[in-house]
Amino acid sequence: MCGIVGLKLKNPALENQLGALTVPILDCLASRGEDSTGIAIYTHDIGKSAHKYSLYNPEMPFDWEQYVGSLDGVFGDGSTLTVQARQALVVSEADPVQILSAIRHGDPTVRLFGYGNAIDVFKEVGPASVVCERYGIANRAGYMAIGHTRMATESAVTTEHSHPFAVNADVCLVHNGSFSNYASVRRDLVDHGIHFDTDNDSEVCARFIGRELAEGATMADALKTVLKTFDGFYSLVVASEDSMAVVRDSFACKPMVVAETDDYVAVASEYHALAELPGIEDARVFEPNPEEVLSW
Amino acid sequence: MVDVEYSCASMTLREINVALRALPDGTTVRISEPRGCHNLVVGLSNKISVEIDGNAGYFIGGLCDGPDITVNGSVGWSVGENLMAGTVRVKGNASESACASSHGGMVIVEGDASSRAGISLKGGTLCVGGSVGHMSGFMAQAGTIFIGGDAQGSLGDSLYEAVIYVGGKVSSLGSDTKVEELTDVDKKTLGELIATTGFDHVSIDNVTKIVSAKTLYNFDALKDQKY
Repeated sequence: MCGIVGLKLKNPALENQLGALTVPILDCLASRGEDSTGIAIYTHDIGKSAHKYSLYNPEMPFDWEQYVGSLDGVFGDGSTLTVQARQALVVSEADPVQILSAIRHGDPTVRLFGYGNAIDVFKEVGPASVVCERYGIANRAGYMAIGHTRMATESAVTTEHSHPFAVNADVCLVHNGSFSNYASVRRDLVDHGIHFDTDNDSEVCARFIGRELAEGATMADALKTVLKTFDGFYSLVVASEDSMAVVRDSFACKPMVVAETDDYVAVASEYHALAELPGIEDARVFEPNPEEVLSW
Repeated sequence: MVDVEYSCASMTLREINVALRALPDGTTVRISEPRGCHNLVVGLSNKISVEIDGNAGYFIGGLCDGPDITVNGSVGWSVGENLMAGTVRVKGNASESACASSHGGMVIVEGDASSRAGISLKGGTLCVGGSVGHMSGFMAQAGTIFIGGDAQGSLGDSLYEAVIYVGGKVSSLGSDTKVEELTDVDKKTLGELIATTGFDHVSIDNVTKIVSAKTLYNFDALKDQKY
């Protein structure tokens, strides 16, 4: 089991409450997994030409100033650094290609959990209540949140193996289930020069979707290709800067419930987790059909 | 008016289930603010009437052997799983595996039910007013599944002795199933089911009866062999 969440707001008036609305959902879904918890918050809080980099180091305290300095000014003048617990958020206007390369070839203890114009990624080993508290999720604003509570089955319980997997700019994936043919897909992606951070099955799907999108596919088309390529059990929530999409495998034995109102679209593994959302009584509540790709 | 009221907002799940178990036969109960709570009203053998006022979670009415339960909302997975006797009526929709492995009693879903409705049914009755998802009736061993609306793919796959009646369209039949003509006994059964459930949108003349073709009952050593 794992718990997955997607909350996309339609009503901008709720954006200040995004974190506060998402934490109870994750907290409830902790009953589906407490190995690790992760959340991606989408918010337009920086200039359109800048990018945010969500970095992680298991050591605390860690000298993030020195780390940024060690990358030879790749972040450029005017970049900002914000540290919270084991994570650091760097905002930079500089060329993302050079920055991503510098991070990969820099201090190997530093991990990149996500980057883009909108996405902030927070994830760590531990139950939702602890991780959300540590990263102040309840106070965070934004227009979309993608979350995960993990009960590990396919790979180790570490922060690196936690969801969401955010591999392209502003793209992230959370997965409930297990892929059975991921090693074959992974080999194919590696043969095409794609780099992996972990041996996790869900990371393979995230990087597969990342490649499809990079080659010009729409999110819906990318998920249809996932249906053709991946074997196993999966309910997925995938987000890009301006869309949220879901898909379930042909057996649909991993749960997923959608609740839609004029104010939001919410997706969760269980209705129970959505029961605290405002206006849920009047929401249109339904389950996506097997192999049905839905996007908002 | 009901005899007793419990609220999921002020009591834990265990407190509610323990309190329900102690009630004498004939008691009427309302449970308010269920908020998708799982495992409500499970494992009871007293003949009480329970009304759940809102959407509830997984396993509602599971393992029960007596009570009559009404849910004024929708339910999650496995409503009435392993039911022995009594009824569970869901006014909204039901998620996956409704009435799974039920030995007796009746689960009535007035809306739609999702995938694998009536999976491994062992003698109970499942009635769905709307449609059911794929693989419903999978390996159902005994009992009756009555679907007022449509059925998605692979209906009744690997069916044993259970009987499936469908008022609407069947997307596809599962392995080892066949359609049979309705007998007078079937028509009488359907009339009783419609009367009990109130599914009078179903016309008996349009109902399709699906049973096991029994080709998988015995292993055929000579099948597909060439000499």
